[in-house]
Formats: sequence, structure tokens, C-alpha cells
Amino acid sequence: MSEQKPAVPSRWALWLPLVLFGAFVALVLYGLQRPAERDVRSAMIGKPLPQFSLRAATDDRPGLSFADMADGKPKLLNIFASWCIPCAVEAPQLAQLRAQGIDVVGVAIRDKPDDLKAFLLRHGNPFSRIGADDVSAIQFAVGSSGVPESFVIDGKGTIRYQHIGEIRADQVEMIVKKVREAGQ
Amino acid sequence: MKRLILALALFSVPLLANSPLPSAPYAYVQLENPSKEAEAQALMQSIRCLQCQGQSIADSDAQIAGDLRNQIRLRIKQGEEPEAIRAWLIERYGDYVSYAPRINSRTWPLFAAPVLLLGFAAFMLRRRFGKGEA
Repeated sequence: MSEQKPAVPSRWALWLPLVLFGAFVALVLYGLQRPAERDVRSAMIGKPLPQFSLRAATDDRPGLSFADMADGKPKLLNIFASWCIPCAVEAPQLAQLRAQGIDVVGVAIRDKPDDLKAFLLRHGNPFSRIGADDVSAIQFAVGSSGVPESFVIDGKGTIRYQHIGEIRADQVEMIVKKVREAGQ
Repeated sequence: MKRLILALALFSVPLLANSPLPSAPYAYVQLENPSKEAEAQALMQSIRCLQCQGQSIADSDAQIAGDLRNQIRLRIKQGEEPEAIRAWLIERYGDYVSYAPRINSRTWPLFAAPVLLLGFAAFMLRRRFGKGEA
């Protein structure tokens, strides 16, 4: 404190409130410019899938349980529904992944068997297993907040990657890479 | 014509659509035990809806919110503690899912700042008004 007379503030102290105000305005403007992240990301990446067991959603594919996920091979867990329109948009990409040798397993959320059957007939069935979840329980268990969402699961049943929203055509390669990485 | 389109638009189905299944058993039904229901309500009012993010799951009509209410009521019915369920959800979705902020390495400045500011103000006031006595 070199100030001798506190009654007369130094020059910089006079400007300080204005500088602080300017910094505050800059911060607000920066926050307004940045697009807000609307997705709620799962906090379960790197953690094992919880125990679960879902009945078969269709006649021609078995259901899905934790043991099926932790069978030594990496998988893509796709959470979808016949009533979800982006899920139909994503179907060709799932077929491509299947064609590239990725094991795609599905969970149908709140679906009617007939609706699901029609959906799979119309858009193709890339799934080796489809579990039925009528109360979104698997979503809460893995930290998923909507459909469609896809999770890369390694051979031990650990969640490696979460993809929110439909997988678009230009994201197929990236997903293949993630699944291959999980297999190493 | 415009009016007709407008009228049709009012009754059209939203793009992302909804599941045709009826809501889960406890999505819109209270627990039989009033004190358990009160516990569930208190928790549900402080858990964020994952789809309508400004709302709590108690306020939201999104299906995923109904399913989460169902799960919370069932778990409280089975004797689980509300705070354990909150911790379980935070483990899955991060702090964002809860409306009751926790003190941790990222949030402590929020709680510390008012205390520090009050302390600073008290110090300044003492310096200014305490002079005469000293």
C-alpha cells in the first residue's frame, strides 16, 4: 500500500469498474455466440454396462442381456424404435456397418411387436439380437437420453463410445474405426 | 386454403413422433403410501427431464420423463433412498441431471465466492468505519 491519501484513488482504480464491466459484457457476448450444447452426454464411457436382460422383441431374433454383450467381441449397441423417424434415416448406415462385419445389436424402446416387424421389413434388419424395453430402463442404465443412440461396447462389456442421434452416411467409417479400436 | 393448411397443421403428428405404447404403470399414478409418494415427488421435482431440458421430470410430459418417474417410484416403493437414486442418475448423466447442486472440484467456487465477498466487504467496512474507534 503505497497510497498516502486514500481519498484520491489512483488513475487505474478509476477505470477499473469500467474495465470489469467491459469484461463482463465480453463474456456474455461470447456465451451468446457459442451454440449451446443440447445433448446430454453419458457419463458411463469407460465403465462396464450394467446387468440387464431384455426379452426378444421379434420372433426371429433372440433377446439381449449383459452376457450377450460381454462375449469377447466388440459390438455396436443401437437404441432405436419404429416410431422414431431419425431411426429410419439411420437404417441404411446400420446395413452398411453390418456389411462391413460389425455386429449390430438393437434395443427397441417402447415398441409394439407389429410396428417393429413392419419397420424392419421396410428398412431392413441389420441386428443379430433385438431386446425389447418398454420402460426405457436400458436408457437410464447407460445414460442415454433419446432415440436413436448407439454405443460401442468392447468384448468385456465396457462402454467405449456414445453416438447421439442418427449415424449419418459420412460417420459410418468413424463408427467402424471405433468398433475396431474396441476390439483391440 | 391458408386456413385449411393451418388447421391441418394443428392436428398433424410431430416429426419425432411418440411411442404408441401406454405410459409405464407409475408414470402418472401415485404410490399407494403417501409418505413414499412425497419422497418420490421431492426427488422428481429436482431431476431434470432429459428431453425438455428446462423442466423437471415431475413437470414434463415427455415419455422418457414418464418412464423415469415410473422407475423412481418403483425404486422408492422398494425402499431405496431418494439420494441414492439421485447419485445413481448423476453417475450416468453427470451433474446436469440434478437440480440440486453438489459441492465438488468444479462447483466449489460458486459456494465459496459469496463467503469470500462477504468477508472482503466486512474487512473493508471495518477499515472504513473502525478507524475512529482505534
